[in-house]
Amino acid sequence: MSSALSIRQLTKTYGNGFQALHGIDLDVAEGDFFALLGPNGAGKSTTIGILSTLVTKTSGSVQVFGHDLDRDPVGLKRCLGVVPQEFNFNQFEKVFDIVVTQAGYYGIPMRVAKERAEQYLTQLGLWDKRNVPSRMLSGGMKRRLMIARALIHQPRLLILDEPTAGVDIELRRSMWNFITELNRQGVTIILTTHYLEEAEQLCRNIAIIDHGRIVENTSMRGLLQSLHVETFLLDLKEAQLLAPELDGYPARLLDGRTLEVQVEKEQGITNLFGQLQRQGIEVQSLRNKSNRLEELFVSLVEKNLSKVAK
Amino acid sequence: MNELRPNLIALHTIVYREVRRFLRIWPQTLLPPAITMALYFVIFGNLIGARIGEMDGLPYMDFIVPGLIMMSVITNAYSNVVSSFFGSKFQRNIEELMVAPVSPHIILVGYVAGGVLRGLGVALIVTVLSLFFTQLQVHHLGVTILVILLAATIFALGGFINAAYARSFDDISIIPTFVLTPLTYLGGVFYSIHLLSPFWQSVSLANPILHMVNAFRYGILGVSDIHIGTAIGFMLLATAVLYLFCIHLLKSGRGLRQ
Repeated sequence: MSSALSIRQLTKTYGNGFQALHGIDLDVAEGDFFALLGPNGAGKSTTIGILSTLVTKTSGSVQVFGHDLDRDPVGLKRCLGVVPQEFNFNQFEKVFDIVVTQAGYYGIPMRVAKERAEQYLTQLGLWDKRNVPSRMLSGGMKRRLMIARALIHQPRLLILDEPTAGVDIELRRSMWNFITELNRQGVTIILTTHYLEEAEQLCRNIAIIDHGRIVENTSMRGLLQSLHVETFLLDLKEAQLLAPELDGYPARLLDGRTLEVQVEKEQGITNLFGQLQRQGIEVQSLRNKSNRLEELFVSLVEKNLSKVAK
Repeated sequence: MNELRPNLIALHTIVYREVRRFLRIWPQTLLPPAITMALYFVIFGNLIGARIGEMDGLPYMDFIVPGLIMMSVITNAYSNVVSSFFGSKFQRNIEELMVAPVSPHIILVGYVAGGVLRGLGVALIVTVLSLFFTQLQVHHLGVTILVILLAATIFALGGFINAAYARSFDDISIIPTFVLTPLTYLGGVFYSIHLLSPFWQSVSLANPILHMVNAFRYGILGVSDIHIGTAIGFMLLATAVLYLFCIHLLKSGRGLRQ
């Protein structure tokens, strides 16, 4: 499978001397649904900024479907669609005009632009808002408008930078259904998000960036398999005064009826339930304390933080 | 892949968007110059002008009409580009253009064309208004059209440079208020430089707007304080230099890329 994105030794030092990227390497295969995760200020937006030519790189190389950023920026731009984190459309323009104008910048004839605008605005539930000035849209609608705008030239690689920030759950689900369908049709997707359960559910491969360095770059499945310990919360039927003694399972009471238990991967939970039953403790429900990816993410970032501090 | 057609579509898109913008906000863009110039015609042309008599052998009203048209063109071409381009930077929708495969030349020509078209639109409005006060007969149509196009282009490019460097709305009002307006008023719109002492005549020649106003006055009335060839040569040179500088700003990403 050919490469949708290839980044080699990419560095960026801003004018104030801050080095945002320390020579990162990254490959995303064609057709992938890829997560680029990292804490705030890790270098995600700088990387995306360089890809979309809004930030100039200090050194290194970037290729999108073989189009080199330095040698063939026009070819690269034609393959790339970006949905930025911040709203960046004209607040006074109407929804339809914003999308059609963007098509014009890509040299798409007006007739085709109008057809595509209708198609994407309809698919994203914005067609009845087409004549509304963009500033009148809700936050979720503005996000969808940016997706429609980014798709108007039918890019092969779509980068979504925090596309669901501030979007309610229902709308988020419908957006992900739409994006998943795009991916099925062959569009390579790169996603950054703070909702790690989204990344876990949607993405096949993942890179974690922190302090301008890639600290993990693997498949989602492989990464999740490396999780050795999971923390579960057990809702108990009756309140307890003390945490029960559980052989091999560190546990503590959060409140009388909520027990936090750490379970190592090879232990499983059957034995845990057996011990609880023998002590006459009935469990009503069980849930993960945090998303599995979140636990890994935090441990990787903390590990890198201690490295950087040294 | 032949890039000509996509580039022409992109250019048309930018120009169309610019024209749509100034037409949408016509009470801010087209109406004020019409009112201001009508007042100039009434007060300076009719009321005061009747007492002044002739200037350079022409009725005062006739003398000031070309200057007032040129003043409108300069102000509007400049302010259209400076406010549109800075507004795009401020709202960050300039990023729509930056991520698209649009060449710096297309971006610049698109914005400048928007400024020129607004300048010409206002010029047409002011010219029609002036016909209520005087009868205009164009002395040299070619010079008139060339000069008005060059002046509008120069100030549209100037507006682009101002917007590229601007970081706040204050920055886009400083140049028009403290540079453009004084130069325009001292640019021979209301008087012939022959009224000045030789020293101030020489100083006035350093004012580029004086050359534009006089070249335009020559095109319409056939009289000028300065040499027409020099004025047009200067305008052509200024257009080329400013254009190249704007392209340099766009390519280097001044105020656009981090």
